[in-house]
Amino acid sequence: MTCDRSQTRLHAYFDGELDAMASADFERHLESCPDCETRLAAEEKLRSALAGAQLYARAPETLRRKLQTSLPKAAVLPYVEDPKASAEKSWRWLAIAASVILAAILGTQYLEKLNRHSQQQSMAAVIVDAHLRSLQPGHLEDVISTDQHTVKPWFEGKIDFAPPVRDFANDGFPLLGGRLDVLDSRTAAALVYGRRKHIVNVFVEKAQPGDSQDASGDLQGYHWVSWQQNGFTFTAVSDTAYADLDQLKQLILAP
Amino acid sequence: MLEQEDRARFEAEIIPHRDAAYNLARWILRGRAQAEDVTQEAFLRAYRSFGAFQSGNARAWLLQIVRNCCFTWLQQNHVAEEMTEFNEQTMPPKPDNPESLAMATYDRERLQRALEDLPAHFREIIVLRELEGCSYKEIAAITTRPIGTVMSALARARQQLRSLLTEPVPKGTSRDL
Repeated sequence: MTCDRSQTRLHAYFDGELDAMASADFERHLESCPDCETRLAAEEKLRSALAGAQLYARAPETLRRKLQTSLPKAAVLPYVEDPKASAEKSWRWLAIAASVILAAILGTQYLEKLNRHSQQQSMAAVIVDAHLRSLQPGHLEDVISTDQHTVKPWFEGKIDFAPPVRDFANDGFPLLGGRLDVLDSRTAAALVYGRRKHIVNVFVEKAQPGDSQDASGDLQGYHWVSWQQNGFTFTAVSDTAYADLDQLKQLILAP
Repeated sequence: MLEQEDRARFEAEIIPHRDAAYNLARWILRGRAQAEDVTQEAFLRAYRSFGAFQSGNARAWLLQIVRNCCFTWLQQNHVAEEMTEFNEQTMPPKPDNPESLAMATYDRERLQRALEDLPAHFREIIVLRELEGCSYKEIAAITTRPIGTVMSALARARQQLRSLLTEPVPKGTSRDL
């Protein structure tokens, strides 16, 4: 074992606790370090052995019962033994069922109004999910290159459209690579840009009727900006500042 | 006495983590009966101090109480146990032995014994990470250690677990699972 890389870094990578930059950096190191590769494989073996051994011990029924009797009455577990209590419970269930039905009736009246809003919300959720997924170790890029002339041809034959690929390193958005992604069952080309310490995913799809012209928003601390251009729908997402995304959008829009 | 609302919240937010609580206790204490008693005690404590828990990670909050109850129990019952807190300065890393890296496959009993043979502070960290799936941040909150210590302790715990798995098997020392 000669590699002097910190052990904790390997473990942080293994546990998915490194940010995308550090993770990509470690992966590059891994390609040329058989020591770390061996260690990582050993950790993976240990993990799958532990997972396969089913060591997790669930709370036994006796404990559930004990908790029920020892905690004050209102904080009991939903464990029914006494038939009287069970009858009481079924009345409560009826009441709950009735209120659920009422809520459903009232709910549908709001649905129409909310529909437009929620469509955008679910689109945002899909985008943010895809972004987070890409930050998992090993998921960021399928083709790692800062050269647009490498990334662009890579997509050929993999998707039925040619996404515009450009590097904006001079403007502070270096192209890091690209990959294929699926957003809501539509295939998208994902272009990965760096922005200081942050990662920006730009998803490019063939525009479809119903795609919003210009939209933006944030979800779980991530910003997204979406627009259409030359028959494509672009969506940029990142945890970087909103202004950064807007700047990248202007760069992509510029001829 | 808790307000009605707090009681409902306790039921909705804390009670569902009873499996996590029991599992952690079972592994720190290395026994089912003790785990049941201590988990029950931990839930009572949690219930009494629930007013102090406003929002945040309910599982981590509960598990912190559980592990404290467990370590108190171990101390009170004078369980022969390696209780030394992990300290990177006084416990420098040892080199990995190549044998432990080339691990074969292991049966459940072997893994159980190896996990139970780890020092308590290593055991809890492996259980929290590998069985409970806690993030580093959660483990740091539960064990009230800095995140850097969690990281190096976890690396060390895995290394020691792997090396225990390569030792020859002593006979007749299996505990109940």
